[in-house]
Amino acid sequence: MAEQNEPKDFFDKPENISKMLKVFYVICGMLVVADFIVHRHIYHDWENIPAFYAIYGFVGCVVLVLIAKEMRKIIMRGEDYYDE
Amino acid sequence: MNSMILLPPFLPLLLGAFAAILLRGKLRNIIMLLTPVIGAANLYALEPGIFWSLEFMGYALEPVRIDKLSLMFGYLFHIASLIAIIYALHVKDTVQHVSGLAYAASAVGAVFAGDLLTLFIFWELLALTSVFLIWARRTDRAYSSGIRYLIIQVLSGVMLLAGLLIFAKINNSLLFNEIGLEHEGLAEIGAWLIFLAFGIKCAFPFVHNWLTDSYPESTPTGTIFLASFTTKVAVYAFARGFPGTELLVWIGVTMACFPIFFAVIENDLRRVLAYSLINQIGFMIVGIGIGTAVALNGAVAHAFNDVIFKGLLMMTMGAVLHMTGKINGSELGGLYKSMPKTTVFCIVGAASISAFPLFSGFVSKSMIMSAAVAEGYDVVWLLLLFAAAGVFHHAGIKIPYFAFFAHDSGIRTTEPPRNMLIAMGLAAALCILIGSFPAQTVYALLPWDSVYQPYDITHVLTQLQLLFFSALAFVWLNLRHMYPPELPSTNLDADWFYRKLAPAFIKRFASAVYGMYANTEKLAIASIKQMIQNSYDSEEEKPKGYFARLWPTETMVVWVAVLLAVYLLLNYI
Repeated sequence: MAEQNEPKDFFDKPENISKMLKVFYVICGMLVVADFIVHRHIYHDWENIPAFYAIYGFVGCVVLVLIAKEMRKIIMRGEDYYDE
Repeated sequence: MNSMILLPPFLPLLLGAFAAILLRGKLRNIIMLLTPVIGAANLYALEPGIFWSLEFMGYALEPVRIDKLSLMFGYLFHIASLIAIIYALHVKDTVQHVSGLAYAASAVGAVFAGDLLTLFIFWELLALTSVFLIWARRTDRAYSSGIRYLIIQVLSGVMLLAGLLIFAKINNSLLFNEIGLEHEGLAEIGAWLIFLAFGIKCAFPFVHNWLTDSYPESTPTGTIFLASFTTKVAVYAFARGFPGTELLVWIGVTMACFPIFFAVIENDLRRVLAYSLINQIGFMIVGIGIGTAVALNGAVAHAFNDVIFKGLLMMTMGAVLHMTGKINGSELGGLYKSMPKTTVFCIVGAASISAFPLFSGFVSKSMIMSAAVAEGYDVVWLLLLFAAAGVFHHAGIKIPYFAFFAHDSGIRTTEPPRNMLIAMGLAAALCILIGSFPAQTVYALLPWDSVYQPYDITHVLTQLQLLFFSALAFVWLNLRHMYPPELPSTNLDADWFYRKLAPAFIKRFASAVYGMYANTEKLAIASIKQMIQNSYDSEEEKPKGYFARLWPTETMVVWVAVLLAVYLLLNYI
């Protein structure tokens, strides 16, 4: 178990986490801005949608997680399900 | 070159396996480390062509045939076995060392097999040698999981044998070249049998559970061997036997998509990686199905990269299991404090599997994706894009996050043994080296002629957008407390049919049969008792029957009279 007087690590401090998240949000914003500045090659019609990859990545992952959560209701069993 | 004695490619590893049986201690370690190095040097000296041919029952066999495709997998398997051997060096268990090396030798033998019979022999050896790596965990779960693994693997071998016998009969040849599914009559059955045999080993949907069942039950070191060879041999076999088979595109895209849902909710982190292994094979199978030079090159390059980055991720999780005895996400967290190096290696593996620019997955994955767009597989392309985002989500973020960060589990440990760190460092270095200098490394080995430029601004920008916004989705879901927590659980998958339904059915059937038998027996006993009761007068305490009331001599007299009467009658007839 963790000792009580153990010095707090970098990731234990909430202010560090929020700083990192801010940097992360800024990078995300810059990637979207870059989409309007840089000329991308278009291989597929859908790629004409501004920030297509960003939207697709975000929406795709949210849908993935939400469906997976619903799947738990049907397929989740106890840890020893097959051992019984 | 000619002054050297050249060996069949599988022989150095096989000899290493024999040496590992006899030797112990430092000497064994040195020999085991030298084995893949000597094997790779031997491979380098071999000229493309037919190294060894012979005739067997009227069929020409080519047990060792060398070309660019087999050479690429040959080098890969030597690198993978070197890394896995270093990682397992601290283990004292002879069984694991011997079976690891013999397993690697079987994989090398399989990719250099020029005919189907030799392929079949190594195909079965892959199963027989590797199952000991699962049993070596020495738990009840590992034992029964190993049995299921063996049954399914041997089934694949039997189907391959049946298919090749049909082919030998019809084509009068056993040579392993392009097979395809377009045949007439019996040959079509043969082609399908071979296709399905490869498919089982490749973890096709519905026959994929041998992988997710057994790999996480193996030892921390054994899983590294397992994750490297069997499925990649199957990918090789598809690349040689069924390139451009359109069905593979659709099977591959299914494999790329469905496991990520299971990976998100799975608790055992090595099982998460097993699911993501299927997802990565899906990309390769799509590439083989598309069948253009870029797609095929992308598929085999991705196989190459996958062995190294998936091996790396498995090694970091093996290190966690080795040091803490735990592997469930629900019990881990905060390990970055006591295992900082392992954490960094895990992040490198995660970046590689997620295909970050400058890491190894980036080039090979984008080769397959761009081939899908170029050949007009729009839906496939979209689904692969979804799968690529999903990989980052479950393997790229979930694995490092729940093991090393998340909430502090309070576990305090140390870094794993030095040999494990060296093996992980080697794999991590390779991931970055291949990703940053693709043209000089793996891509110089590619078997087909094609030109592809991965590092242009479009690819880098779009990939970064995809990945960063997948990460943003994770952050958002976590902050909103919508991310499913890690729970101790078992998730039902296709293996439920043979692990629960079939046994339950058989149990029911058997108990019904037994019940019928028991009822019949009871009935028979009851009727016998009834008969006894009917023939005994319990009030007078004597039997009811005529003969029972007589003395034995009187009975005798009656029977003699009957006998004489019959004799008299017979006399008249």
